[in-house]
Amino acid sequence: MNRDQPLVLGIETSCDETGIGIVRGTSLLANVIASSMDEHARYGGVVPEVAARAHLEALGPTIEAALEESGVTLDELDAVAVTSGPGLAGALMVGVGAAKALALAIERPIYAVNHLVGHVGADLLDADAPLETPTIALLVSGGHTSLLVVRDLVSDVELLGETVDDAAGEAFDKVARVLGLPYPGGPEIDRAAAGGDPKAIRFPRGLTQAKDQAAHRYDFSFSGLKTAVARWVEQREAAGEPVPIADVAASFREAVADVLVTKAVAACTDLGVPRLLLGGGVVANARLRELAQERADAAGVALRIPPLSLCTDNGAMIAALGAQLIMAGHEPSGLSFGADSTLPATEVQVS
Amino acid sequence: MLLAIDTSTGTSVAVVDHGAGVIAEAGTPDTMRHAEVVGDLIRQALAAASITPSRLSGVAGGMGPGPFTGLRVGIAAAHAFALGIRRPFVPVVSHDAVAWLWYHEGGDGPMQVVTDARRREFAVSAYDGLDDAGLPIRAVGPQLVPRDEVPERDGARVDASTVSAGGIGMVAELAFAAGRLPLTGDAPLYLRAPDVTPSAGKRVLR
Ligand SMILES: [Zn+2]
Repeated sequence: MNRDQPLVLGIETSCDETGIGIVRGTSLLANVIASSMDEHARYGGVVPEVAARAHLEALGPTIEAALEESGVTLDELDAVAVTSGPGLAGALMVGVGAAKALALAIERPIYAVNHLVGHVGADLLDADAPLETPTIALLVSGGHTSLLVVRDLVSDVELLGETVDDAAGEAFDKVARVLGLPYPGGPEIDRAAAGGDPKAIRFPRGLTQAKDQAAHRYDFSFSGLKTAVARWVEQREAAGEPVPIADVAASFREAVADVLVTKAVAACTDLGVPRLLLGGGVVANARLRELAQERADAAGVALRIPPLSLCTDNGAMIAALGAQLIMAGHEPSGLSFGADSTLPATEVQVS
Repeated sequence: MLLAIDTSTGTSVAVVDHGAGVIAEAGTPDTMRHAEVVGDLIRQALAAASITPSRLSGVAGGMGPGPFTGLRVGIAAAHAFALGIRRPFVPVVSHDAVAWLWYHEGGDGPMQVVTDARRREFAVSAYDGLDDAGLPIRAVGPQLVPRDEVPERDGARVDASTVSAGGIGMVAELAFAAGRLPLTGDAPLYLRAPDVTPSAGKRVLR
């Protein structure tokens, strides 16, 4: 196997995106994503069975599209990489089954990797200024909200904190519903917040009080915030007053961005790590990016945000992490790994 | 020569050939660990048949009916293996394999295949023997019925707790030889609309 510049195909099926990526070392050759988001819209959230059915339909065509885009053929590949977890179990299993069979068919090794660490690995693919470690990583999507310290991508990743209830992306979806906006909530809230006053309503910032600092300094909670927004809107409606949607959306978005960025920058300062990497679909939120830049600059922290196509769930980040494991001399995974819906961030590779 | 995979009950993998029959078969009745075992079973079946993937002319997959989560693992694997060797994927109704094996082992006349469909239902298919090509003649099904309402029918009732990939592969071989492909569509036989309960709030990291 070529361990200098391995050609790796990555398969990602942990949530509602079927992602196939192909990389050579740290060079991105293809990143093709088929999303089942539209099918989930009428349910207001990701439906696991719908996502799993969509993965099965999309996998073959998406692999073919990625091969086409990259211009490489299957027999040129050095290895297959696949997300083993965390994620939706039934969705992950489709990718795991396919990846094992593909690896056996082309007689190549397989690397089973961690989805969260994959998000960090996405930044390796920035040709101009690839990922530097150590770094703090804030990963925010509809499925996860996690704060990691990555000292070495393939061997030293530590989970500092995560959400204790809803993921940030879920909070956006639920508040959008409260405001009568469609799914997915992130872009809708962003749009509704335009022209709104982010200071109009002081919504609660979960787990930020002094008493939370000991046990939950780096953890997140968005369920109280969501309830506070719902109650505020209900009271307005009960009083027969109009609901200022722009102000509610802007104030809610500000509360989410504030908590995320405050905790991430605190981690940088506390641990003396001068880098912060953002990942996950919620990075599409303009206010989050803006606030992160502001606070990172003020704290003297270098902020890294990969292009959005590499922030949302994708196969290229899985391929990139697989390639790093190969380049670092790690042995392939066996064939017995499964889908682990709660795989801890510390487990970069599943043996 | 075909590789065949079925995960509609446990996990079964076989290498078959039209002339030589079932050359190798490996499997487990475990209905909970399809994703974990499917890779090792493919490797075992290929090793037992002493062949490399490039010798295969296609991959047959059992399309169910069966519990969805496990069923998909085998179909995804069969699809991906076929894509990997650049050979056709041949979908087969899993009940057809059970019926073929029953007739192949001496069964005669009408029969019914019954498998667990969970939620107090069975999946049922009815057969009227083998045709000229040696393929089971499916008269009814597969369909879902409440467990206490399996239709009355003359002949044997076969309650199958496992589906043999050897049977899947042989049905595919016979159909190919008789020019009868495709036998069924490319979509899994879910027989049930998706359960649309959105994922609950996440207590654990996802
Ligand atoms: Zn993700």
